[in-house]
Amino acid sequence: MRFTEIVRRDLRLALRQGSDSIMVVTFFVLTVVLFPFGIGPEANILERVAAGILMVTALLASMLSLDRLFQADYEDGSLELLALTPTPLEVVVTAKIVAHWLTTGLPLLIASPLLAVLLHMEPAGFATLLAAMALGTPTLSLIGAIGAALVLGARRGGVLLSLLILPLYIPVLIFAVGAIDTAIQGFDPQPQLLILAGILLAALPLCPWAGAAALRQALE
Amino acid sequence: MHRFANPARFLRLSAVLLPWFAWATALLTAIGLYYALFASPADYQQGETVRIMYVHVPAAWMGLFVYTNMAIASAVALIWKHPLADVAAKASAPIGAAFTFLCLVTGALWGKPMWGTWWAWDARLTSMLILLFLYLGHMALVNAFDDPTRGAKAAAILALAGFINVPVIKWSVDWWNTLHQPASVTRVGLPAIDPSMLVPLLLMAVAFTTYFGTVLLLRIRSEIAAQKLRNIRMAQVRSAGHARSAA
Repeated sequence: MRFTEIVRRDLRLALRQGSDSIMVVTFFVLTVVLFPFGIGPEANILERVAAGILMVTALLASMLSLDRLFQADYEDGSLELLALTPTPLEVVVTAKIVAHWLTTGLPLLIASPLLAVLLHMEPAGFATLLAAMALGTPTLSLIGAIGAALVLGARRGGVLLSLLILPLYIPVLIFAVGAIDTAIQGFDPQPQLLILAGILLAALPLCPWAGAAALRQALE
Repeated sequence: MHRFANPARFLRLSAVLLPWFAWATALLTAIGLYYALFASPADYQQGETVRIMYVHVPAAWMGLFVYTNMAIASAVALIWKHPLADVAAKASAPIGAAFTFLCLVTGALWGKPMWGTWWAWDARLTSMLILLFLYLGHMALVNAFDDPTRGAKAAAILALAGFINVPVIKWSVDWWNTLHQPASVTRVGLPAIDPSMLVPLLLMAVAFTTYFGTVLLLRIRSEIAAQKLRNIRMAQVRSAGHARSAA
């Protein structure tokens, strides 16, 4: 199968099974809404922590959806068929990551400005929030794919996945929140955004490669 | 390298090496601790708390060194399917985690009187904490599968992916100008530390390294023994099954 065919297949599966993307966004919205209850509704406090809450929650939402990246295909055997096609496994993994980002990262990106309004974020940060989410969430899907491939067939894979992946997510979190805070304080967020873009560009070739290696040993 | 792939040869070689490593550790630790605790001067600013450094800095070095070791062993295991490299990587992880934990704890004990806080979200401290989580993730992943070879391979890939953190820790004090002081020993030019303090520091560092060697050899040996036991038990169960089906 070609790259676009795999992406189209995964998107079609996600759309027909329906609820997955909506559940991810619902989790994102609900968790963000918990914070005003937890830390109090004062606008100045929420304004200060809005960037951090949004990025951490988006990161968790993206992580929670990782198990469906390979798990279903692994269980029904279609992953082995995909591995047998002449298409390199790295391309298959990249296609599945792209489909994963389109069904989770993109909805999160679209939902984030609305939640930023709810958390009283300064309007100066909105453009940077979108840019940081656009550069950060693909990296989350890329890094997450390694973890999702590693825990295939493991006992208690879900908890294990978070232990493996969350430490590697931290750089994305630091620079995304840093960019938004810089923009809110009235400075140019370009350096942090460039670092985020750099992380994405480094992860783009390396993560599918590592993910494919992990899949190969899972399918042995 | 494949000379040492044979577990029997490794067992013979390590039996010879083990006492040397153990005695070197005991001797160097004794001399190093004497220098660190008694024969070296107190710092003009930090006072006696500077002595924490003689444990803290070698522990931090070892945390990085063991991870690097583990990543190399993992690469060797994945590329050449070296049977002992998997065992070495698996045996290294808990030791490295212990060193990293020791580094974080002694750092906190030093930070309270010096910086006025147990913990700061500084780049060096945070990346060291990530290293601890990487070790814990590795240990969890190795044991997460019913098939031990599967766990070893998955953990090897994780160790290589996590290696990205090691250069980040090393240069974190240069890239981000935060609370933790920059390197004073491993820098271009002469170390910015007086010989009276450098000598105990290096002694402790060598002692920690030989300690790592000792425990690593012991752990690999016990892992090989455990595998043998497992095989014997499997053979016993199998022969018992045959006997029952024959009866």
